[in-house]
Amino acid sequence: MQITVTVNGTAYTRDVEARLLLIHFIRDELRLTGSHWGCDTSNCGACVVWLDGRPVKSCTVLAAMADGHQVRTVEDLARGAGLDPVQEGFARCHGLQCGFCTPGMMMTARWLLDHVPDPDEATIREAISGQICRCTGYENIVRSVRWAAEHEAAARAAESGSQP
Amino acid sequence: MTAGLNGAYGSLRRKEDARFLRGKGQFIDDIELPGMLHGAVLRSPLPHARIVYVDTTAAEAHPQVEAVLTGETLAARNLAWMPTLSQDVQAVLATDKVRFQGQEVAFVVARDRYSARDALELIVVDYEPLPPVVDASQAMAAGAPLIRDDLAGQDGNKIYDWEAGDQAATDAVFAAADVVAVQDMVYPRSHPAPLETCGTVADFDPISGRLTVWSTTQAPHAHRTLYALVAGLPEHKIRIISPDIGGGFGNKVPIYPGYLCAVVGSIVTGRPVKWVEDRSENLMSTAFARDYRMHGEIAATRDGKILGLRARVLADHGAFNATAQPTHFPAGFFHIFTGSYDLQAAHCQVTAVYTNKAPGGIAYACSFRITEAVYLIERMVDVLAAKLGRDPADLRMQNLLRPEQFPYTGPTGWEYDSGDYPRALRLALDMASYDELRREQARARERGEYLGIGLSFFTEGVGAGPKKHMDILGLGMADGADLRVHPTGKATLGISVQTQGQGHETTFAQIVAHELGLDPDDVDVVHGDTDRTPFGMGTYGSRSTPVSGAAAVVAARKVRERARIVAAAMLEAAPADLEWTGRAWQVRGDPAQARGIAEIAMAAHSALELPAGIEGHLDAAAVYDPPNLTYPFGAYICLVKVDPGTGEVQVLRFIAVDDCGVQINPMIVEGQIHGGLADGVGMALMQVLAYDEDGNCLGGSFMDYLLPTAVECPSWELGSTVTPSPHHPIGAKGVGEAATVGSPAAVVNAVIDAISPFGVRHADMPLTPANVWSAIQGQAAGPGQATR
Repeated sequence: MQITVTVNGTAYTRDVEARLLLIHFIRDELRLTGSHWGCDTSNCGACVVWLDGRPVKSCTVLAAMADGHQVRTVEDLARGAGLDPVQEGFARCHGLQCGFCTPGMMMTARWLLDHVPDPDEATIREAISGQICRCTGYENIVRSVRWAAEHEAAARAAESGSQP
Repeated sequence: MTAGLNGAYGSLRRKEDARFLRGKGQFIDDIELPGMLHGAVLRSPLPHARIVYVDTTAAEAHPQVEAVLTGETLAARNLAWMPTLSQDVQAVLATDKVRFQGQEVAFVVARDRYSARDALELIVVDYEPLPPVVDASQAMAAGAPLIRDDLAGQDGNKIYDWEAGDQAATDAVFAAADVVAVQDMVYPRSHPAPLETCGTVADFDPISGRLTVWSTTQAPHAHRTLYALVAGLPEHKIRIISPDIGGGFGNKVPIYPGYLCAVVGSIVTGRPVKWVEDRSENLMSTAFARDYRMHGEIAATRDGKILGLRARVLADHGAFNATAQPTHFPAGFFHIFTGSYDLQAAHCQVTAVYTNKAPGGIAYACSFRITEAVYLIERMVDVLAAKLGRDPADLRMQNLLRPEQFPYTGPTGWEYDSGDYPRALRLALDMASYDELRREQARARERGEYLGIGLSFFTEGVGAGPKKHMDILGLGMADGADLRVHPTGKATLGISVQTQGQGHETTFAQIVAHELGLDPDDVDVVHGDTDRTPFGMGTYGSRSTPVSGAAAVVAARKVRERARIVAAAMLEAAPADLEWTGRAWQVRGDPAQARGIAEIAMAAHSALELPAGIEGHLDAAAVYDPPNLTYPFGAYICLVKVDPGTGEVQVLRFIAVDDCGVQINPMIVEGQIHGGLADGVGMALMQVLAYDEDGNCLGGSFMDYLLPTAVECPSWELGSTVTPSPHHPIGAKGVGEAATVGSPAAVVNAVIDAISPFGVRHADMPLTPANVWSAIQGQAAGPGQATR
């Protein structure tokens, strides 16, 4: 079947099997390999991408279900040479080790901060509780998201201060 | 990135993060070669069965299928069986019998990954079921079904009996002791479950005869040698590339059948073949961990001086003895089992058996089974404390080795290099406000709330290991380092070890930069490619810094000494008159007469006249054969709350004081400990790879094999002390496994402490709500069992 999926702002039209998973569409058809596959059962969250602005586990979404919809992946987080504050936070706070869960974690974190700009530790832990990291014990992921939240709050304050 | 005050050590941000943060890491499944085919493995649904026939006709007729391999086709190439890391053999594709559920039976090579899976459904295998042996004690029973009838002379399911320590001396100590405490315990089977599963892309070039294998391996050089030995290919024609690895934890040490099938698939089809296992395959067939049934006995005086320790272990190795450890230590380093205490005698006896379960046993950040040993003694000390009515912290402090006893030779012959144990325990107790915590526990019990405080003190032995004692399949456990200093003073370091997230690209650059007075940004680290790096045994057993890190230091110091001679020529001084400032060689006492490595490197490549016999350039290589293991240690305290109505355990606090010697990058050290603590909570509370009585694996997905998430983990509270290793060139000890080794006992001790008012003295991991509730009710349940 023919589908058109807009990924990171670009529309891609492909003939795919009806059973093709969205994660395989993204990785194998579009060669955007930043999103990872980890478990098959929606438990690990290595495959989290945004579908129409919401984080989904793309191993449990058919590519056909994304036909006509918008997908955003980790490759869209950075703006040119500049990192998204979430990416910057992960680097500063050692929020990643092997890097395999990191794209999914960051996509969830970005969504969280877009909707809850000042999340406390419990809120962050709850937000990423559908995702597994085997390396960090989560501590530094939580710190990374907090760093991004504080950085963005400071940036907002500076902006409103300069434009009274 | 700037160098720290004392050179290049310090919490520098990681070099490798730039690609991971942008989704530009290159993991095994990210590799795409022109014309690449996809492999899939057909696995046995039965744990024990004779294969009557395998019919691949329909699969071969599938329009997308290029090849189908069976045990028979591999046997024609003498590849149906491969050697394991424990001098056993393992079936690559089964020919005679299947011996565990999930065993590899056939391999399909197709043009896409979905078609390869489809074709598996078209293969017909006629199995004649045999009774399975699921339980290790059942394996030893008279008349138990013989699992390894392929081995000549194997008339039962026992693999080995092995012992260490002095039995007679231990018996004498026990006979004279005032108090003996006894406890049976199980360290259940678990699985490292790295988030990235195992896989390979094999590419055989029939013209050059070169085989290139991209593989999820923690030990690329060891794999190359094994492929040469197994497949009969010349070693210089084999290139192993370990790309970015999505976590390993010991799971990615062995060679798995799927890897070899991909290699044969590429040879047969003449095209690259990718094989990446799915999650169920990873959990059901690759290296599991633990599965130790342990009987412990501890002897002491009535005032609490520990005198002796005994252990009897029944080890379940699964269907093939495929554990990965130094050859002369079939139970790994389990016999460093007297832990951190000063006692007179110890003896342990380990019996290992075959069962109809997946092969493995040594994996999962276990420091070659020191995890099991630490768990045993740390539970035994708590059992003894309960028997004597003593506070477990106080009893530990009384018995810890004292700083002046180092180097300390333990009752089983291992020489601990350095330690200040009381200092670490005191720091942990202070951080926890231990006395106040005990008072809070008492107040909570009056309110009907059950808090538990658990301690563990651990000593590891890591950095395997001295060649005189240790090898794997005849390969000594030394590692090389290859340091090239370019004319402009930038450097490239080639190493044999393989990061799986530990940050080698950063820390090894720091090591070299520190020795040569460079900025870590000026040093690139090359790893994971046997064509570009020196030989070495790879990363496991926390050996990267103790062994390969030492090799890097030695290479850098060779460069520095060569630079001294060149600098002397530049400064027209005698080499003996120069001193190293940390950044430059200078004429003693004259900072105006100094030359840094960058200037020296350019001169070393120039026409500068050097003393006779001195070659130009500054490159150096080193091979490091460690004189001893290093012995990291730590003191852990866990606070839990148990709901006696549901059995649910909540970890409220976890205090971890670690001493891994000199720290190169404290930020990375902290991250390593965080991850291990989560593993400890997982193993203690939820992770178990269980089997039912018919041999069905009950942990074949992340819906059944539970891993801790952010909401089960507390915010870790870390502290550290630094006791340098006296024999390591920079005093570092290694930290990759410390927390995984030390933390499960602290969690279990805390849970038992919480439910001791119900008369519970012991319950086995995993302490799931059901198992804790059953223990409180006085019932044994599940894989765990309770002792009252």
